Amino acid sequence: MKRHLLSAADLTRDDAELVLTTAAELRSLADRPIKKLPALRGRTVVNLFFEDSTRTRISFEAAAKRLSADVINFAAKGSSLSKGESLKDTALTLEAMGADAVVIRHSASGAPHRLAHSGWVRSSVVNAGDGTHEHPTQALLDAFTLWRHLGESKPSGLEGRRVAIVGDVLHSRVARSNALLLQTLGVDVTLVGPPTLLPVGVESWGVETSYDLDAVLPKADAVMMLRVQRERMQGGFFPTPREYSRRYGLDGRRMATLQDHTIVMHPGPMVRGMEITADVADSDRSVIVEQVTNGVAVRMAVLYLLLGGSESENNE
Amino acid sequence: MPAAPSADQQGRTDRVVLDARDIGRALTRISHEILERNKGASDLVLLGIPRRGVPLAHRIASRISAVEEYDVPVGSLDVTMYRDDLRMKPARTLLHTEIPGDGIDGKVVVLVDDVLFSGRTIRAALDTLNDVGRPRAVQLAVLVDRGHRELPIRADFVGKNLPTSLAERVSVRLAEIDDDGGVDSVSIEGTREDSA
Repeated sequence: MKRHLLSAADLTRDDAELVLTTAAELRSLADRPIKKLPALRGRTVVNLFFEDSTRTRISFEAAAKRLSADVINFAAKGSSLSKGESLKDTALTLEAMGADAVVIRHSASGAPHRLAHSGWVRSSVVNAGDGTHEHPTQALLDAFTLWRHLGESKPSGLEGRRVAIVGDVLHSRVARSNALLLQTLGVDVTLVGPPTLLPVGVESWGVETSYDLDAVLPKADAVMMLRVQRERMQGGFFPTPREYSRRYGLDGRRMATLQDHTIVMHPGPMVRGMEITADVADSDRSVIVEQVTNGVAVRMAVLYLLLGGSESENNE
Repeated sequence: MPAAPSADQQGRTDRVVLDARDIGRALTRISHEILERNKGASDLVLLGIPRRGVPLAHRIASRISAVEEYDVPVGSLDVTMYRDDLRMKPARTLLHTEIPGDGIDGKVVVLVDDVLFSGRTIRAALDTLNDVGRPRAVQLAVLVDRGHRELPIRADFVGKNLPTSLAERVSVRLAEIDDDGGVDSVSIEGTREDSA
């Protein structure tokens, strides 16, 4: 593994499989009476969240604490950021406090990269979502969930499986990271959405695209629904929410066309009635709650692999 | 036959000190000693330390069940995160931990490993057990004790005491793990300049 986790593209296939197998071992910790491991004792992890988040921040916090790291939570609201402090000055403060890892979420794409490569901090940087760019740990936990449900003994068994990622791909960092990571793992990815919500240049991603959800669903082994990110939309990307959900929402009728083993995923937060109906979200196929559980194990694996060993560079 | 030394071009010698039948006999004796010490097999839990402790634990369990007609729970205990040298090396791959369904509370846990050397792995294993439950007693069974302890730890059941020098390496190969023809062996590799 590299020293930072900024993009799902940073992970080689070996790296990604190492994270997943490590997470599989760490997941069993949840069954123990003492849910704590000493691996990161004395290390400090700073959660630097410039954008609102519930599950990602809590998940990283739980992961770091279960590895015995000290956790400092830092939210933009209620900090000097609301007084106009720059990212650089915040970073220098963190460096002065001796953070070993910084988990950063920022509304600007590329902020984690800036933090990692500017020389402001010496710590490992983990991207917890930057703008419309990437969210690599979400992709890892989605891959982990896929692996557990599609029943293979090793992560390499995901090779050749088909995953449909449906909805607002344009604004989705989850979709971008998943497209990169799942391809690294040999999964066939199809992005589905209205033409206005598929990014320009998507041809170069190496994935299939489709505007027709009904044609894609019967072939998929997993369907990942994306939230329509209306807070990032200024223009009219589709005529009405009602028309969007009729063409790209997953409802009971569409769910009936899926194969028996196909699972339904959603990175959350979901808008029931928009991209997914309540009966689908609460059905047996839905693994949405399990994705959250798996998130802790996967983030523990990432933090352990980045911080658990010696500080020296390693390319093993 | 087992002690035929073979030297390669660097003058290193590899000696086989236990062959498959020696290992089998040692494990049979250990199994009986475990039963004697604990007056039977009830309450026993065997936990192998990955990687090679795990197949050894299974072999001991099958010998015990042949004698006592009772299946001893067997599991594995990865100690990686509890090692004192975790920070010295790049992050290590975690190995599989599997605690038998009934847990270890109130049981007699027998830790099983292939080679007892510095004792640091066993210290890490004791710390790991602390977070898993509270056994009534913990005992240690090893196939080979090669000496050079760095901590006050000793084994309860030893297959073979093997005097070695620090320059030597003890290599245990087991049919379940090492694919070289599926033959068990314990051999000493390396120079013998300062050994007796």
